[in-house]
Amino acid sequence: MNIIYLLLAISLVVALIFFVAFIFSVRKGQYDDVYTPSVRMLFEDEIIKNPNTNQSVKKEKSS
Amino acid sequence: MHILNCFHCGEECLDEVIRFSEKDFCCTGCKTVFEILNTNDLSYYYELERNPGTSPKFSENKFDFLDNPEIAEKLLEFDHNNIQVISLMIPSIHCSSCIWVLENLNKIHKFVRSSQVDFPKKRVRISFASDKLTLKELVIMLARIGYEPSISLESYEPKNSNIDRSLIYKLGVAGFAFGNIMFLSFPEYFEINEFWLEKFKHLFRWLMFSFSLPVVFYAGKDYFTSAWKGLHAGMLNIDVPIALGIAVLFLRSTAEIAFDLGTGFFDSLSGLVFFLLLGRFFQQKTYSFLSFERDYKSYFPIAVTRLNSEENRQKEEQVQVYKIKIGDRILIRNEELIPMDCILIKGKARIDYSFVTGEAEPVSRKSGEKLFAGGRQQGGIIEVEAVKPVQQSYLTELWNNEVFSKDKNNAFQNLTNQISQRFTIAVLSIAIVATVFWMFYDASRAWNVFTAVLIIACPCAIALSAPFTLGNMLRIFGKHKLYLKEARVIEQISQIDTVVFDKTGTITTSKKETITYEGLELNDAEKQLLTGSLRASNHPLSRALYRILDKNDIALPENFEEVTGKGLLTSSSDLKLKIGSSEFVKQPKAAQTLSGGASKTSVHISANDEYKGCFSFHNAYRKGISELFASLSEDRELIILSGDNAGEREKLEKLLPAGTLMFFDQNPGDKLQFIKDLQQQNRKVMMIGDGLNDAGALAQSEVGIAISEDINVFSPACDGILDARKFGDINKFFDLSSKAIKVIKWSFMLSLCYNLVGLGFAVTGNLMPVVAAILMPLSSISVVFFATLATQLLGKKLESNLKPES
Repeated sequence: MNIIYLLLAISLVVALIFFVAFIFSVRKGQYDDVYTPSVRMLFEDEIIKNPNTNQSVKKEKSS
Repeated sequence: MHILNCFHCGEECLDEVIRFSEKDFCCTGCKTVFEILNTNDLSYYYELERNPGTSPKFSENKFDFLDNPEIAEKLLEFDHNNIQVISLMIPSIHCSSCIWVLENLNKIHKFVRSSQVDFPKKRVRISFASDKLTLKELVIMLARIGYEPSISLESYEPKNSNIDRSLIYKLGVAGFAFGNIMFLSFPEYFEINEFWLEKFKHLFRWLMFSFSLPVVFYAGKDYFTSAWKGLHAGMLNIDVPIALGIAVLFLRSTAEIAFDLGTGFFDSLSGLVFFLLLGRFFQQKTYSFLSFERDYKSYFPIAVTRLNSEENRQKEEQVQVYKIKIGDRILIRNEELIPMDCILIKGKARIDYSFVTGEAEPVSRKSGEKLFAGGRQQGGIIEVEAVKPVQQSYLTELWNNEVFSKDKNNAFQNLTNQISQRFTIAVLSIAIVATVFWMFYDASRAWNVFTAVLIIACPCAIALSAPFTLGNMLRIFGKHKLYLKEARVIEQISQIDTVVFDKTGTITTSKKETITYEGLELNDAEKQLLTGSLRASNHPLSRALYRILDKNDIALPENFEEVTGKGLLTSSSDLKLKIGSSEFVKQPKAAQTLSGGASKTSVHISANDEYKGCFSFHNAYRKGISELFASLSEDRELIILSGDNAGEREKLEKLLPAGTLMFFDQNPGDKLQFIKDLQQQNRKVMMIGDGLNDAGALAQSEVGIAISEDINVFSPACDGILDARKFGDINKFFDLSSKAIKVIKWSFMLSLCYNLVGLGFAVTGNLMPVVAAILMPLSSISVVFFATLATQLLGKKLESNLKPES
């Protein structure tokens, strides 16, 4: 059962890693804005349409 | 006619419709934005949200001051190697399209390196190559696509970049320790005398002890300092029994494991601190896009145009306003704000003081007369000479009053602390009586009982009732467009017995919407020409008037001349119209016989040099004002405190319930003093205002609410900002606040029940750590559950109440 000491040490180290990661992320300001990233991740670059040529021809006509 | 909505901004196209690329636009500004975005591959903007845009309204030279390197330097966050970073506040950020387009700025201008939006704060942080793109160009580019940044005197102040995150750290520490201690204490809950458990339990206990150290000395330290402060002030606040509980828990647990008497209560200890901090965190709802601390600085411009005369030639220069000295000549353009007290030298001043004094009408001033800071010039360019620096001007001096440095929080004793007063005394007496009893009965357990009582009576659940109830309420209020600064305000609203209203901009709308005509009736030909002429004019009054006129038969003018600042000269066949100010129409005498005489905002008309009459513009009272006042006056005294003259008194008396007191011609200082006097009569005062002239009164009153037509634009320092459209619902907020207090009281009862059960265990000397570990979270969770449920129900009820109206 001496393995408990090792397990305990491991579990503590793992817990501490997460704890330090949490403190670090707060310090870096990751929780300052919790709304914008939720919107940002839904944007996709490829959806940007190139101005299709048809449209720009029409535009010149109308203006 | 079918009304079209602008493809860009979604506003109704009232005056004109511009067809462009098969889409409708309300103005050229909107069309230009569409064009810019379209040519830069950013038309996805319009697919993300419908009509996401804001119509750009700005003048080109508005941002000239950004060329001044000194000012620019103050605004920049970073400036090195031709890379500049700036964080700009953009009030018009409102949807996901805004985020998208602002983060793709580099598609419009390739020297924008990157941009990132902070949506809740309505800020965008842009990094750009400063050798290729100047700050001014960047700002103008933003303004052109409808995202004009707000840059005011406030931006010039050193930025407070230290965000207080200590509560999150504390919460993290407490939660981390709580979880680990629960794991470590779990084996001993079952009390089995098992070989391995006996062997390891000492290690487990000392591990728990070390986990509890940061909980007590870091996460819980606020409770000790607050309790100490309370005791120092002779007040038993809620933190006194909490601090006592934490201290006793820690000391007894340490003693227990040191002398091998038991496991201690480390689990309850860390749980207690964790839950308490959670309550604090929950209560701390902030509206980061709103500021409740604003003063004149966020309203005043950062720079003005100074005239320097050098070698008989006048040169214009953009100068930071603090640098303006007495005697300097300054140029004020149309719609610009006068930043300091000054004397008019040249030009015709027409100053709108509505935001400063509450006067509804702009006043005309001739050269040599004094102009006060905070007024807005309307009309042409004027030249003025400064007579006082910004900080010592008439308006800004108000901020030297002590109310602005006072913290309202300290003066208010909340419900929890009132209860705590009695609660603490009761707990201490129970503890002493029980200890004395056990001293005679079984002295060995007296110490145990004493500490157990203090532990179990620790008012965790009581301390949580208010934060969760008020925190929830704060969110419900926010949903209905009353944004409160902090939870404390809800408690104070429920105690208000006197409500003071400002007039201009508060109970009236800020736009002049009601138009009346007085004078000789116009014949059809005159009417048609009038409508046709107004259509061609861009003056706001022409636009407003055009909107209400019949547009069936429009006669277009053959000759049309617009005299800036005066009026219109138009003619068609044998009819000649003069439309404009009374001086312009040259019939001041005839105009004065009408009640809508020269002082009011009015448009006068003469046909073929014969005076016809005038259209007068009035500030309309907000919808539902009579009902609101009637319902509020049932249990509160209502007072109108206006900076304007008494001209509207009769109208108001008809509109408002009898017994409403009215005071007129009050300057900002008078208003502050008025509130102070009321408070000396032991009144709890709510001030509802909108402008800088109310700032003192808002700060002095128990609850200061600022009314705002557009919550993104300036409102003075206050405890809450109310969307003007919700003005008629103020009584419902009062109602809801008192209901919230009832919920808190019921939660107190609930948590007292738990305390009684716990005390039963404690005084009989039977408190097991496992009982404490169950009872404490159970009481906290059920109180939180009750408070949340009750407030949600109240919120639902409010929503169904409001629905039929909206």
